[in-house]
Amino acid sequence: MRFDTPATTNPIDQLKVVGQPTDRIDGRYKTTGTAAYAYERHDVVPEQAYGFVLGSAIAKGRIAAMHVEDAKTAPGVLAIVTTLDMPRLERGMMNAAYLFGGPIIQHYHQAIAVVVAETFEQARAAAYLIRVDYQSEAGKFDLAAEAPNATLIGDDSGEGSSGPPEVRVGDFEGAFAAAAVKLDESYTTPDESHAMMEPHATIAAWDGDRLTLWTSNQMIAWGKRSIAKILGIPAQNVRLDSPYIGGGFGAKLFIRADAVLAALAAKAAHRPVKLALTRPLIANNTTHRPATIQRIRIGANRDGTITAIAHESTSGNLAEGKPETAVSQTRLLYAGANRLMAMRLTPLDLPEGNAMRAPGEAPGMMALEVAMDEMAEKLGLDPVEFRILNDTQVDPEKLDRRFSHRDLVGCLRLGAERFGWDKRSPRPAQVRDGRWLIGAGVAAGFRNNLLTKSGARVRLDRQGVVTVETDMTDIGTGSYTIIAQTAAEMMGVTLDKVVVRLGDSAFPASAGSGGQWGANNATAGVYAACVKLREAVAQQLGFNAADAEFSNGDVRSGNRSVPLSQAASAGELVAEDLIEYGDLAKTHQQSTFAAHFVEVGVDAATGEVRVRRMLAVCAAGRILNPKSARSQVIGAMTMGVGAALMEELAVDKRRGFFVNHDLAGYEVPVHADIPHQEVVFLDEVDPMSSPMKAKGVAELGICGVGAAVANAVYNATGIRIRDYPLTLDKLIDRLPEAV
Amino acid sequence: MRAFTFERANAPVEAAAAVARTPGAKFIAGGTNLLDLMKLQIETPTHLVDVNGLKLDTIEPTPEGGLRIGALVRNTDLAADERVRRDYGVLSRALLAGASGQLRNRATTAGNLLQRTRCPYFYDTAQPCNKREPGSGCSALDGFSRQLGIIGVSDACIATNPSDMAVAMRALDATVETVRPDGMARKIPIAEFHRLPGETPHVETTLEPGELITAVTLPPPLGGRQIYRKVRDRASYAFALVSVAAVIQRDGTGRLAVGGVAHKPWRVEAAEADLPRGAKAVTERLLAGAKSTHDNAFKVLLVERTLGAVISEARS
Repeated sequence: MRFDTPATTNPIDQLKVVGQPTDRIDGRYKTTGTAAYAYERHDVVPEQAYGFVLGSAIAKGRIAAMHVEDAKTAPGVLAIVTTLDMPRLERGMMNAAYLFGGPIIQHYHQAIAVVVAETFEQARAAAYLIRVDYQSEAGKFDLAAEAPNATLIGDDSGEGSSGPPEVRVGDFEGAFAAAAVKLDESYTTPDESHAMMEPHATIAAWDGDRLTLWTSNQMIAWGKRSIAKILGIPAQNVRLDSPYIGGGFGAKLFIRADAVLAALAAKAAHRPVKLALTRPLIANNTTHRPATIQRIRIGANRDGTITAIAHESTSGNLAEGKPETAVSQTRLLYAGANRLMAMRLTPLDLPEGNAMRAPGEAPGMMALEVAMDEMAEKLGLDPVEFRILNDTQVDPEKLDRRFSHRDLVGCLRLGAERFGWDKRSPRPAQVRDGRWLIGAGVAAGFRNNLLTKSGARVRLDRQGVVTVETDMTDIGTGSYTIIAQTAAEMMGVTLDKVVVRLGDSAFPASAGSGGQWGANNATAGVYAACVKLREAVAQQLGFNAADAEFSNGDVRSGNRSVPLSQAASAGELVAEDLIEYGDLAKTHQQSTFAAHFVEVGVDAATGEVRVRRMLAVCAAGRILNPKSARSQVIGAMTMGVGAALMEELAVDKRRGFFVNHDLAGYEVPVHADIPHQEVVFLDEVDPMSSPMKAKGVAELGICGVGAAVANAVYNATGIRIRDYPLTLDKLIDRLPEAV
Repeated sequence: MRAFTFERANAPVEAAAAVARTPGAKFIAGGTNLLDLMKLQIETPTHLVDVNGLKLDTIEPTPEGGLRIGALVRNTDLAADERVRRDYGVLSRALLAGASGQLRNRATTAGNLLQRTRCPYFYDTAQPCNKREPGSGCSALDGFSRQLGIIGVSDACIATNPSDMAVAMRALDATVETVRPDGMARKIPIAEFHRLPGETPHVETTLEPGELITAVTLPPPLGGRQIYRKVRDRASYAFALVSVAAVIQRDGTGRLAVGGVAHKPWRVEAAEADLPRGAKAVTERLLAGAKSTHDNAFKVLLVERTLGAVISEARS
């Protein structure tokens, strides 16, 4: 199905099933431990041996020799594959780091060997017996030191935020120089780790030259092509299966060392091999959100109208890596005739920087929305009103290109009302509650909505059961449920008549889970397949497909009503289709919007910052399931609090690695950090997005949160911190004298 | 994890003797720290002596009016004990500020005293660390040291002791009771139990090889306001940047021990004389000779301000 004109009325608009706050259909499996994650799939293939991955102990250089004799003769060891056993393997799609092969070390904890044994403990113990002779080389590990050498570079995050090296509209320098009120500040965001619950894990088995990977991967079709490329085998010989994923946040967009080494190990051991990356390996072996140094300049008239806006971002990465596209939202969020955006990149020898939940926008908004707060204060304007004043309904770079639907103003106004924004003291450091200094902050939320083709197959059997098959993944988001809701709505059946099968590369290729594109595109693909199935059903039952109604398990037209199941009485009906998009996303800008409001308390003595309450108002098209959408947004808000207050991969600038590489050292918020969250979705549809009229929310929920927290800290204390995370050491010497 | 042998001991002296006669042997109780370290091969015992069956899991009154806490009393049970809550509030609060419910259910009193540092370089076997591998050097000194020590540190090691419980016990002047392999019992004042790193940071306590902790005794109750204030980046389940255990009397005198700053719970009795003069005066004596790094210099001011908050809370 090609979607190239705005959606009109269609069966989804009935909203009998879609749009309802249905419990997750996979919820019972997860809460009872019967949803098997990759490492737990003991039943898929017999004789599974255990693999253990050894990471490099140096950050840069080469391996001169590896001594594996002791490991080879250790109890239970079946096989050892070292990086010296083969030339450097190809890279998978969209990755900068090489995952295995050859003597060259690009980064700390790069995989250099896998040991296979009968038990996990044997494999691990043997791996520690491998001795490695390294030739270490000096590397570049300090972004701030290297930033002056950074060069302009354009890029695409691969997840919807992109830009050329430099964008110029009008005359930024002239307008900024002439502006009555100006801001020119720099902000930094640190390297961050996805810290998802389930580590990267894979079971690999070979059947001749055919490889099956039971793995944990967000993007099955990318994964299939990538592993084939890395191993140099035909893609049709590879199957990936990933029905349950314990969180990804971008860490599992790609094939990583777990999948590659499981495949190599299984080949060497002539046995299926399961392995997981240990928690201490994940920070340095896989990908992370790269640190940024951002400079923002805003010029405005005294009435608050922005006349000039510039956002420049510098980040680092491995050679051939990408920049963090932190300026992309600033191209679209606020009006202003004179504009300058620039991205710069400098080579670093740290592990690979890549996509993490809202790549680009998440760190970009952390800077931009603090700058907006600072600018509002300079102008003597309320920060909500300042944002509303500079709202735009058109792409500020192409004034004849409108947003498909944009209600940032509605989010800000409703949010201000629900939060009680009028009770906030505009002067900072005015409110105290016992030991706590109290403050409130606001930020806009913004994240683009991506359209990408997505396929599905739908089956109808003689019991009237509708089975959906697509390689779409559910990374904890609710994909199973919204896909079931879509199929139920389309076929006029209840949810208990729908079976959803996900994550298998044998199924039609879908959008996958990334860039908050999964919900809208994957359900639109199911919609397309269901339209075909409805046609097949109508034909089978002798109805005209155009006027057949599907409801209550029946197909009806005029006075005639036939049970849906009857269409399959002579055999299962199968339909397959995909949604493909025309140029609506080119003619119109598609984005999602939010307003984030946060109240914090700052301990007057210690500077500890604790969030007291949070509100997000989101405008993101039709909400397919308010319950699972809310879960996505509160999870993202929580991650935003982490980014604001505690998350930072600490770089050892001499040895070149992230030091705090476990969950004791890399802190993310715990329950006690998140006392109260509220989410409101504006009641809206976006007919340009797809037949579902929906957009994504999972990344919108994080974009802007960090800035709202930082602005609340400023409001509480009068201390403006421009370097994330806002830990107490940055506050303590500027807090008021202790009483 | 290296392969190891295992035995269950039935009596304290038997356990001590078993560890003493096997090179590389260790006691195991709750295992909440030791097993993690074994998985990372930071600890590589050849033999484990399980002490969980030693029946050292009761809390009894002492003739002096204090409490004798068995070595195997779980942190959860100790924190919840009515006598502890009533008479030693600082200890109960310190316990509850540590770890998580699941860990406290498992972790024992003796094990808590013996837990090892959380210095990230100690935890990464690819990095030099004098505590893990004597003589290899200290990566933390000019590395990432935000969490690490500022007082009593050495050029060999700036690690901190991560225990909350021990900080409260130091303020209370607890005594560690032990039994040696030869059957001799001894009592070690908590002040002498943990060592400063010096040139031998791998030697963390004054216990002798095979010596087994059997109990911790608390002196008679001190009364006063008992406060444990733990400062950390997140609200729960994090090690202290700084913590203060305080017992402060109505007249403003009292006792203080500080966690998160040294290789042992940090207490300078002489500094307590300055309590009536306020936090700044106390801190100057408490942290005299402090030697911080770029990353953890903030802890000096943090100690002072946290002390100030504790003193004013005690007065309120």
